[in-house]
Amino acid sequence: MKTNPPRTMVGGMPMPGLLERVLKAVFLTVICAVVVFPFIGVISTSLAPPAEVTKAGGFVLFPTKGIDLTAYRSILSGGTVTQALLVSGFITAVGTTIAVLLTCTLGWALSRRGTVGNRALLLIVLISLLFNPGMIPSYLVVQQFGLLNSLWAVIVPVSVSAFNVIVVRSFFVGLPAEIIDAARIDGASEWKLFRHIGLPLSKAVIAVIGLFYGVGYWNSFFNAMLYLNDSSKWPLQLVLRTYVVNGVELGGQDLGLGSEAVPPQTSIQMAILMISIVPVLCVYPFIQRHFAKGVLTGAVKG
Amino acid sequence: MAVKRSLRSRLWRDYPVLLLAVPGMLVLLAFQYYPLWGNVIAFQDYQPYLGTSKSLWSGFQNFSVIFNGDPQFLNAVENTLILTAIQTVIVFPAPIVVALVLHSLLSNKLRQFVQTIIYLPHFMSWVIVVAIFQQMLGGTGMINNWLRGHGYSPMHIIGNVEAFRALLTSQVLWKDTGWATILFLAVLSQIDRALYEASAVDGAGRWRQTWHVTLPGLKPIIILLLILKLGDSLTVGFEQIILQQQAVGIDASDVLDTYVYNNGILGGNWGVAAAVGLVKSVVALALVLSANKIAHRLGEEGVYRG
Repeated sequence: MKTNPPRTMVGGMPMPGLLERVLKAVFLTVICAVVVFPFIGVISTSLAPPAEVTKAGGFVLFPTKGIDLTAYRSILSGGTVTQALLVSGFITAVGTTIAVLLTCTLGWALSRRGTVGNRALLLIVLISLLFNPGMIPSYLVVQQFGLLNSLWAVIVPVSVSAFNVIVVRSFFVGLPAEIIDAARIDGASEWKLFRHIGLPLSKAVIAVIGLFYGVGYWNSFFNAMLYLNDSSKWPLQLVLRTYVVNGVELGGQDLGLGSEAVPPQTSIQMAILMISIVPVLCVYPFIQRHFAKGVLTGAVKG
Repeated sequence: MAVKRSLRSRLWRDYPVLLLAVPGMLVLLAFQYYPLWGNVIAFQDYQPYLGTSKSLWSGFQNFSVIFNGDPQFLNAVENTLILTAIQTVIVFPAPIVVALVLHSLLSNKLRQFVQTIIYLPHFMSWVIVVAIFQQMLGGTGMINNWLRGHGYSPMHIIGNVEAFRALLTSQVLWKDTGWATILFLAVLSQIDRALYEASAVDGAGRWRQTWHVTLPGLKPIIILLLILKLGDSLTVGFEQIILQQQAVGIDASDVLDTYVYNNGILGGNWGVAAAVGLVKSVVALALVLSANKIAHRLGEEGVYRG
């Protein structure tokens, strides 16, 4: 006799009781609030009118007296922050392009099993996951290549993440072999296979590793601090550290304002913080839905 | 493959594939493998203007800081191990709890909504996280402003030696708990629904199901992550700490990585810093390899076979 599961079950699990549901709701609400709350504070303070910020003693949670863009205008009117924004934009755009290209070509080559040296190359990539070359030796190598004080020192050394290579490779390996064979019989070269079959069929995973590289470059802080002495080459994260974390004051000269009145430091700080957060917030929603698909194919299998 | 081809003909056949691998491999070799050679300066009296080839050899002299127990070094070791212990006990289980709650939600929409929110802090740099914490908890931060406004005395959290470990821990929790759930959720979604049905027919309630079906399903991934964590036990929050070291002082905040940075790159003590870095890497590698062995003895998958 076949027993039907009790009606109070959902997907094999019994229905949760009322108490359990309330506890979970509270738990999740608290977690989300703890995450969202600081962001709201940062946005509000950066947008609040200077008078309100001064009156509140720094931080405003909900601006009640309208919105004021003075802080943004002053950091974007040329000067230190504008310069850093351009540097960060350059590092991110160029770095991400290079990194995605190198990672995909290497991942594709490793996915073509049965070719000469395939296993050896794969092993070299895998072993590099096990160790970290160390801070001092890495510094010496960058120095030896003459990259000190060059933006390439921030871009090139991290442009191939072995982990991302493995993720992309396992995605390529999973592509149906029939398509590739058929294309090859039609005379497609290796580059054409990669360009017209590998890449288009793997958009989701490429978007995800692109986001990872992009965020990594946008957030580059330590390598920039290590390799860039010249403060005119500083990316946003170093400006953030100096003027927000360490609290060094930004004067009218640094901001490119000349003799105009400088908005409260807190407003400026929060505006810099916002500028470094917004690009990530803009890309994130479009790629977030691919996370599970893209990341996990590599993480769970590899 | 009936015909065995010569290496040369296979090379001729495969060179387009190999060509695609070249640029990526070059970067890996140059910035992952080649630096390993740089560790020789741990055995040298390294002078930057002479370089590795001309600096004089000094044997194990650089390692004497470690063997003689330089107090600053011991302090860094102690801080590192304490922070690792705290993170293993508090930070590691947190995402498992969150993942279990999320997994038990019946509404997919609600689950995805919560996931979208809690993944976000992972994509913020440490500079941003530290700045945000300062704005919240600092002397003129939001919480203290509120306290003052309501007649309470403000709390001294940022730059407080005693609160420093708690501060670091809460920052790590805020930044990465959500993100870390992604792996656990993936594993949970692969548990066979039939197991739940079978256990329910046997009379198991929700808690017993969690205990006898869900947790055993998570066991392999938990063990795998613990092994990887063990390999990282000498590495804790480098960027996070460097950013806050000024505010709290070196005694409370120095860990092995900051010791290497402060002594080597800032202090010019290249050989000693490289020696500490080398010992750290070797110990980490040994820890991962032996943890993996132990996992196999216990009949688990571990990180790799072999």
